[in-house]
Amino acid sequence: MTELAGEIQKAAAQYPDSRSAVLPALRLAQEKHGGWLPPEALREVGDALGLTPAYCQAVASFYDMFQLQPVGRHLVEVCTNLSCALVGAQQVLEAFERELGIGPGETTEDGEFTLRAIECAGGCGKAVVVSVDEHYREPVRPEDVPEIVKELRGGD
Amino acid sequence: MGIDEITLAHADERDLTKLAEYEEIGGYKALAKARKLKPEKIVEELLASNLRGRGGAGFPMGRKASFLAKGTGKPTYLCVNADESEPGTFKDREIMLRNPHRLIEGCLITAHGIESEHVFIYLRGEYRDVFEVMRRALEDARKAKLLGDVTIVLHRGAGAYICGEESALLESLEGRRGQPRPRPPFPAVSGLYGSPTLINNVQTVATVPVVIEKGGEWYAKIGPEPSPGTVVFSLSGNVVRPGNYELELGTPLRELIFDLGGGIPDGRELKAIIPGGSSTTVMTPDQLDTNLDFNSVAEAGSQLGAAAVIVIDDRACMVQLALRSSQFYMHESCGKCTPCREGTRWMVQLLAKLEEGRADQHELDLLLSVCDRMLGKCLCALGDFAAGPVVEYATRFREEFQRHIDEGGCPFGGESSLEGIYAPVEQHAHAASAEVTA
Repeated sequence: MTELAGEIQKAAAQYPDSRSAVLPALRLAQEKHGGWLPPEALREVGDALGLTPAYCQAVASFYDMFQLQPVGRHLVEVCTNLSCALVGAQQVLEAFERELGIGPGETTEDGEFTLRAIECAGGCGKAVVVSVDEHYREPVRPEDVPEIVKELRGGD
Repeated sequence: MGIDEITLAHADERDLTKLAEYEEIGGYKALAKARKLKPEKIVEELLASNLRGRGGAGFPMGRKASFLAKGTGKPTYLCVNADESEPGTFKDREIMLRNPHRLIEGCLITAHGIESEHVFIYLRGEYRDVFEVMRRALEDARKAKLLGDVTIVLHRGAGAYICGEESALLESLEGRRGQPRPRPPFPAVSGLYGSPTLINNVQTVATVPVVIEKGGEWYAKIGPEPSPGTVVFSLSGNVVRPGNYELELGTPLRELIFDLGGGIPDGRELKAIIPGGSSTTVMTPDQLDTNLDFNSVAEAGSQLGAAAVIVIDDRACMVQLALRSSQFYMHESCGKCTPCREGTRWMVQLLAKLEEGRADQHELDLLLSVCDRMLGKCLCALGDFAAGPVVEYATRFREEFQRHIDEGGCPFGGESSLEGIYAPVEQHAHAASAEVTA
């Protein structure tokens, strides 16, 4: 058994029906495959849970946090829902666009960054919320953006 | 009565993520008391408290618990809805981050009350920080042998607003796409894995310990009679001091925005208020004296919803706001039923035309007609959440909507605070860019 299959089966043991583990399994597989789910990742999840790869893809495509295309090493996500929008989310998003040279939904040519706009992240009290590699930075102002990008470029 | 905080009590002065600190403020005493009581007594106290669900629907928790099917031969499940994603809402995140044991204690008391040994906490996938805090707190509670025969599983979602809808939550928890189920059967009869299931919001469950500790009658006396207790109000938008405020239900809207929230920054004027998250209908400054409780807000023509108060100043174009909100619902529509799947997309297309000055008079009427064909006609509430608020934006700000047609474009001339706001749905291949043939 592969390491991933072992971890998936451990997750599945928490549920009366192993199919319930499909979200945790897809998350584990995505972590092991550089932040996205290539076809072999869907096969591995399917094999571990007795599901077809097509079923796994159908589930994965429903949820925003599963990526079916390659993503950059850093995932930068700017909330642009109402509470953030009212206090300058567009300006923050544009600051990232300028700093990274890409638009929302795009990945830098060097594969370092993917920039996305996201729906309400649940940090409206400290808007604008930016999620960097699944950790919230809040609040972020446009003038904070160069420093954040510099930090991410500098560190591993 | 001067009850300010229940779910966030003592979280300012202590690190309640630590079990010892939580026990020092009396934590887990209510659990010890509850376990000496018969299960039905727990449900009786919940009924007496009239604790209404804090997730948005406001259904009394005790009644929900009393609907659970008995003697089915199947296990009974408790699911905690921690998939907080209503735009403007961030209360459950703070409760779990700062007072995780209160939720765990609430789970254990509730599980005893409904004779369940299986608790699932469906946690919003993006809340990775909360997951770490809850995981550690659960581990500490387990080591301290507080769980008894109960297992609590932390289940992380993966980014889908619809999974906060209870039947979609169950589908997702069973490992499927999060699409709502037709009802009946209701979850109390056939929920998770076809078994009787109680589903409640984080704040609701986190309130259970105090109901048991002090009694349902005590709790029922806090705040206004039909909807007692405290609520964590999430205040955001154009306000000086945004944040969470746990207050008695019935606190006037004016007090929350102006006294606690510090009013509107930059010398701007208040234009509109969304009282309960973006699925609730807009209120206007003449309604500032409305008391924030379920019935008073309903009498004012809106909904308390998830108590997420979004403050909007006079820089915002209401057509842009309606468009951005509609783009959210289009993005989050699960696609299962036609009125919602097609209606949300149609709404986005019409509002975009309106904002860009390309709409004719009849398209404003068409927008309201589309909303009317969605309201009450969808499988779950998402369709109503999308359409209801837009009807009110277009009605209460009719003149502003009309100017977009008469002046052939946005009267704000590029100066709106929401100008050009980019929506995630535009990142998708199925974005609503096609022309509407009206």
